[in-house]
Amino acid sequence: MAPKPKVPGIVKGLGITMKTAVNTMFPDGLLKPPSPSKGASTVQYPHEKEEPVARARGVIALKEENCTSCMLCARECPDWCIYIEAHKTLAPPRREGGKPRSVNALERFDIDYSLCMYCGICVEVCPFDALFWSPEYEYAEVRIQDLLHDKDRLDQWMGTVPDFEPLEAGSEVKVKKVPR
Amino acid sequence: MTQLHPILGLELAYWQETVIRVLLGLVALLLLTGGVVYLYLFKFVSFMQSRLGPMEAGPYGSMQLLAEVGKWLQKEDIFTEDSDKFIFGIAPAVVLASTFLMFVVIPAGPNAVVADLGTGIYFVLAMSSLSVIGILMAGWASANKYALMGALRAGGQLIAYELPLVLAVVGVVISAGSLNLQDIVAAQATGEIFGWSGIGNPYILTQIVGFTIFLIAVQAELTQTPFDMPIAESELVAGYQVEYTGIRFLVYFIAEFATAVAFAAIASTLFLGGWQLPTSWGLGTGTMHVVGPMVISLKAILLVGVVFWVRFSLPRFREDQLQKLAWKVLIPLALANIVVTGVAKVVF
Amino acid sequence: MTAVTDREKLAYIAAKAADARVNVELETEGMILNMGPQHPATHGTLRIVARLDGEQVIAAEPIAGYMHRGYEKLTEVRTYPQITALVNRIDWLGSFANEVPFILASEQLMGIEAPLRAQWIRTLLFEMSRVANLILFLGDMGVQLGAVTPAFYAFRDREFVLDQIEAVTGGRFHPNFDRIGGLKDDLPKGWLAETKNVMVKVRRFCDEIEDLFMNGEIFAARTRGIGVIPADVAMQYGMSGANARASGIDWDLRRDAPFGFVYPELDWKVWTHPDGDSFARFWVRLQEVRESTKMIDQICDGVPGGPIMAKVPRIIKVPAGEAYVATENPLGEMGFYIVSKGDLTPFRVKIRSASFNNVSITPWLLRGVYVPDIITILASLYFILGDIDR
Repeated sequence: MAPKPKVPGIVKGLGITMKTAVNTMFPDGLLKPPSPSKGASTVQYPHEKEEPVARARGVIALKEENCTSCMLCARECPDWCIYIEAHKTLAPPRREGGKPRSVNALERFDIDYSLCMYCGICVEVCPFDALFWSPEYEYAEVRIQDLLHDKDRLDQWMGTVPDFEPLEAGSEVKVKKVPR
Repeated sequence: MTQLHPILGLELAYWQETVIRVLLGLVALLLLTGGVVYLYLFKFVSFMQSRLGPMEAGPYGSMQLLAEVGKWLQKEDIFTEDSDKFIFGIAPAVVLASTFLMFVVIPAGPNAVVADLGTGIYFVLAMSSLSVIGILMAGWASANKYALMGALRAGGQLIAYELPLVLAVVGVVISAGSLNLQDIVAAQATGEIFGWSGIGNPYILTQIVGFTIFLIAVQAELTQTPFDMPIAESELVAGYQVEYTGIRFLVYFIAEFATAVAFAAIASTLFLGGWQLPTSWGLGTGTMHVVGPMVISLKAILLVGVVFWVRFSLPRFREDQLQKLAWKVLIPLALANIVVTGVAKVVF
Repeated sequence: MTAVTDREKLAYIAAKAADARVNVELETEGMILNMGPQHPATHGTLRIVARLDGEQVIAAEPIAGYMHRGYEKLTEVRTYPQITALVNRIDWLGSFANEVPFILASEQLMGIEAPLRAQWIRTLLFEMSRVANLILFLGDMGVQLGAVTPAFYAFRDREFVLDQIEAVTGGRFHPNFDRIGGLKDDLPKGWLAETKNVMVKVRRFCDEIEDLFMNGEIFAARTRGIGVIPADVAMQYGMSGANARASGIDWDLRRDAPFGFVYPELDWKVWTHPDGDSFARFWVRLQEVRESTKMIDQICDGVPGGPIMAKVPRIIKVPAGEAYVATENPLGEMGFYIVSKGDLTPFRVKIRSASFNNVSITPWLLRGVYVPDIITILASLYFILGDIDR
């Protein structure tokens, strides 16, 4: 197999790399001044950041008022990274003269993001719309124990939860609303 | 009286002048190498791959090379337990020495050459073969199977591609009638093409076959893709360099790019007219003292660009295909080129 | 002690010298080269122990298991939605494709059929995972052969596909989107139009790779005639997917067993190549990417309206029984064999992964090849370690 260098194949290959280089350096054409930062396909993080899509699974936010400590999310989590502690209290009856209702009061709701595998089963399984996805992703910490987000921090993430997007034509799914 | 007398107006002893020339030569080589590394390895290849390359160290990443040098310098000097310590230690120095020796005869101006030897190009080609010894030393002394395989591949490849390199140059030597590099440059600058001396007579026009063979052989001498089997990164993980770290690896790194610059400078001297611009353009020797180095730097950088362009675009040959290419294609072509050049020189 | 005559002494010395004499044909034992678990060429933690004679391989053996994560044992203690989330990580490059055979097998056991819209979108995401996976193969083959640039183009253009997958599912690499009875969510507005734009870019990438890499003489010299797998040997070793099609075997589960997908409604063809060498495997996969882009365009135009999820109980308990469903995953034929006893978790799940069979041919295939060809062959067989080891 003596490769006799037939010029076309390799030369075309060289042409493609040169074309890409020129397109990167002069994205507006050869007559305008060069601007590689515009022509390149990369963004210079952390100076510029790309916007993640609305559904991106960045971090889970908790709406505390909706949570009834049913423990479904903690049970269904494949990694058991949700820690819930609640106690029963009595709430005033709904009507006058009725019995006081026993409700769960949430003491502790922690998600350990060092274990979380971002599968979304907890968000999906919650029957009371208390958990929501947010596309925030810049919460890396220096110490692992700081990756355990407690109730208040999870509540803060609610501010970053985007509204549910409208769906494609032909869809029969009702678009839910995010409780603010 | 020394050669520097006209420029500096000083009387220098021979040894003083040699020291100055050597230092300036080293500085020139290292500066060019650094510039080439930044321009091509960091930026050009990045643009070819739709990305920007290093941007953080210095404005537009210009200090990246210094950062890398600093990083390599502060690493621990590791010797593997089974390695032959003395040979392992000096192998990088042998490779670097061969590069610097190659640079000794390349002229950058009417007087700007470290040593203007009568056997210029012959000396260059001989020195470039020394790096094979360094590579074999490195591969054997590393006590590592991968390194050994890489070094043996490199030995076979470099020796095989020495011949096309030398034979391609013979055509130029016949045309110029001298082995001395200053004479070859002068012949190109003052030559004529069919009586028209507009651009002198750069040998790339008449020796295009030789030029192509020379560039291919240079690519193989530098063990760059498509001939980088010895340092096939995805198989042998850097081949003969695999056990090196710290300063010694830095020396290999510098040697690789310095050799690229040196070969490109030689190619531009032989084929593109070197530091001279055509004499018909009427620039006197006075201006050429200043303009000469810039001209040859430009030409060398251009040719290094071609080398890197090919390096980052093509896949690599297998070792036996590489050898077949050298022995069955390049050497016969080069020999034919010599015959044709000789005949043409006599006839025309 | 008997007296030893001179003659006996000389005979003894001559015999010893005969032993010490070097054979005319130097029998060297052969160097053992360990392409260990950490190696740039073996797509993960595969270890190949090869006995070399110079640069030629005498014998080679792959040793897998460095990435064994115990999937089949894990599934015994995980519920079905949890398994769906875990199974993404088997073949992490075309990850939606891993969920589908599991979901289809579960649906078969439960007797549920997903609504039509869900089937169309499931096929669409399946094909997109194929495109994402194979784009990486096209670039990665370049890296293994020494050309670094195709890999960058591959990653750049793969990002568009991953962005589309993220826009629907929320995850670029681990979609976790398939559910028993349908899909988790519906498509966001404008997604179908944007996907067609992305497919235009993917087609342009395929043309670029063809011109830059495949049509080069060096590539032809490195891959033609290397690692030829005859069709009967391929069938004996259980090769599947593009590897089998490159040996001329005309077998594609999308056409021959499209259970749960909408492939019969689309206009597409199966690509085969008669040679069975590394070039054929690359070529078949390149054509498959192009064919997948055309299929995705057709699906984008033809998605019907309707519900996205069938009526499924909240707590999923699959009735007792056994089911096996295999699909044409990007790497080959992947199958899930589920044995259920009616609990929340399956009793036993057996995962038939494509790469395990594909890599089992290496001892037979690597005899007599050169060391650089090992790399070419492994690259062209295209296995993912997560798929081999599970």
